[in-house]
Amino acid sequence: MITIQNLIARIPGGIAQGIIWGLMALGVYITFRVLKESDLTVDGSFATGGATAVVLITKGVNPWIAMAIAFVVGIIVGCCTGLIHTKLKIPAILSGILVQFALYSINLHIMGMVANVSCNPTKNNVIITMRNIPGAILVGAVFAALLIGVMYWYFGTEQGSAIRATGNNNHMALAQGINVNNMKVIGFALGNGLVALAGGLMAQYQGFSDINMGRGAIVIGLAAIIIGEVLAEVIFPKGTNFAVRLLFVIIGGIVYYLIMIVVLWLRVDSNDLKLATAIIVMLALAIPNFRKGE
Amino acid sequence: MLRIENIKKTFNPGTINEKMALDGVDLNLEDGEFVTVIGSNGAGKSTLLNAIAGVWLVDEGKIFIDNVDVTKLSEYKRAVYIGRVFQDPMMGTAADMWIEENLALAHRRGQRRGLTPGILPEERETYKLLLKEFDLGLEDRLSTKVGLLSGGQRQALTLIMATLQSPKLLLLDEHTAALDPKTAAKVLEVTDKIVEKSHLTTFMVTHNMKDAISHGTRLLMLNNGKIILDIKGEEKKKLTVEKLLEKFEQASGEEFTNDAAILG
Repeated sequence: MITIQNLIARIPGGIAQGIIWGLMALGVYITFRVLKESDLTVDGSFATGGATAVVLITKGVNPWIAMAIAFVVGIIVGCCTGLIHTKLKIPAILSGILVQFALYSINLHIMGMVANVSCNPTKNNVIITMRNIPGAILVGAVFAALLIGVMYWYFGTEQGSAIRATGNNNHMALAQGINVNNMKVIGFALGNGLVALAGGLMAQYQGFSDINMGRGAIVIGLAAIIIGEVLAEVIFPKGTNFAVRLLFVIIGGIVYYLIMIVVLWLRVDSNDLKLATAIIVMLALAIPNFRKGE
Repeated sequence: MLRIENIKKTFNPGTINEKMALDGVDLNLEDGEFVTVIGSNGAGKSTLLNAIAGVWLVDEGKIFIDNVDVTKLSEYKRAVYIGRVFQDPMMGTAADMWIEENLALAHRRGQRRGLTPGILPEERETYKLLLKEFDLGLEDRLSTKVGLLSGGQRQALTLIMATLQSPKLLLLDEHTAALDPKTAAKVLEVTDKIVEKSHLTTFMVTHNMKDAISHGTRLLMLNNGKIILDIKGEEKKKLTVEKLLEKFEQASGEEFTNDAAILG
């Protein structure tokens, strides 16, 4: 039945999931907006994070330690993409596709060669679950505040500035003695670390990790970034500082997920959602190009 | 300060586009020497500059900066010794970053970049005073994105950045070629000021003969990847465009083929 009550009942859960996608989008932001590279590794590293966290938690590991390990595993994955790109001189987008492809096998190995590992919140100690949605929103908000704070600090340091310069202008960075290859590897590593962390949260939230849980993550990440940027531009037409822009990435994730909930509520076949998302992201990526008159 | 021994570079070896871009270049620049480099299109001026900067490695020969062999060092490692300004005003600065952030990046040229703040409060004052000195109208715009500046302002900023940490060698790659004549003159004025102030060893590639004659202490002319003229001291001071063209024809047996250089 399509009733308003039905829609309203779904909103809190949508916000909780939206925040988690927003956290993932912070990772995508590092590669897509700071380094200005399209990193397709994230479709794999999101599932890697979920698999790592869930397997460890179901083995009785403290969930915070499991999350920290998921983050580190994500960093290692990002390093692989970065090194394939910079050392083997393969274009970044292809490096990401290769690593993402390879991760399918690796993720299956992590999960003991099964496609799905459940993580029942009544039997396991988890930090976030859909059974307690207000709690989930709170945990998501704390993660968002912490990560935005750390990213704001980091990208203001000498190293963070060097990464920004690398993404902005490779020639300038080299002329200033910046090891651009190292900066790229660090950027890919941190981006995928955050994506894996968000994957770990998502798996706990939904109560299982799945080999396909990362499919389309890059597109959702881009959607969150772009929706957030459009909203930020409307609210702060004169521009705003980096921390607020990162906050709008989280907001973008929430708005994206709420749109999906409305679409599902309207009884659109969920199999058509990916087509709809792809078209929305394509248009959002295209519009700024035409506004500049290119 | 700069010593180049018989360097050679061939692009696209073994293909139909094979080109011997540097054909045994020797050069010795004394400390504080300001050399202008001129030549017709494809003579190898920018190639020689790129060889020194380490954009790629040379096939043969050696390059020393301040008696350090840099022949095998990669571009970013050579940046410890070199300040650089490119022909394209967009290339020398990070457009999405602020003026002060660009200056702070340049202030740390060649240093390890750790987790200390990218810019310290006291740096801002220094940068403000420095920009004021050059009268570019930028001293009150430290937190403006560099992308909003004009080409001339960006080029002047790149020059200031290249020399913020006094480099052993300043490389200028036709850095006024993309600017209108008035702005180009202003940027050259800033160039002379900076070079004189810090007594910098400078290597300036130009397509403009007049600029090559009226600036610097020494003039090199390249042709087909070789240095064919090397003029310094009193002889350089007395040089005119006509004399230079005459010398070029004597040295190369060809006519100078770069209208912009003669008319510009």
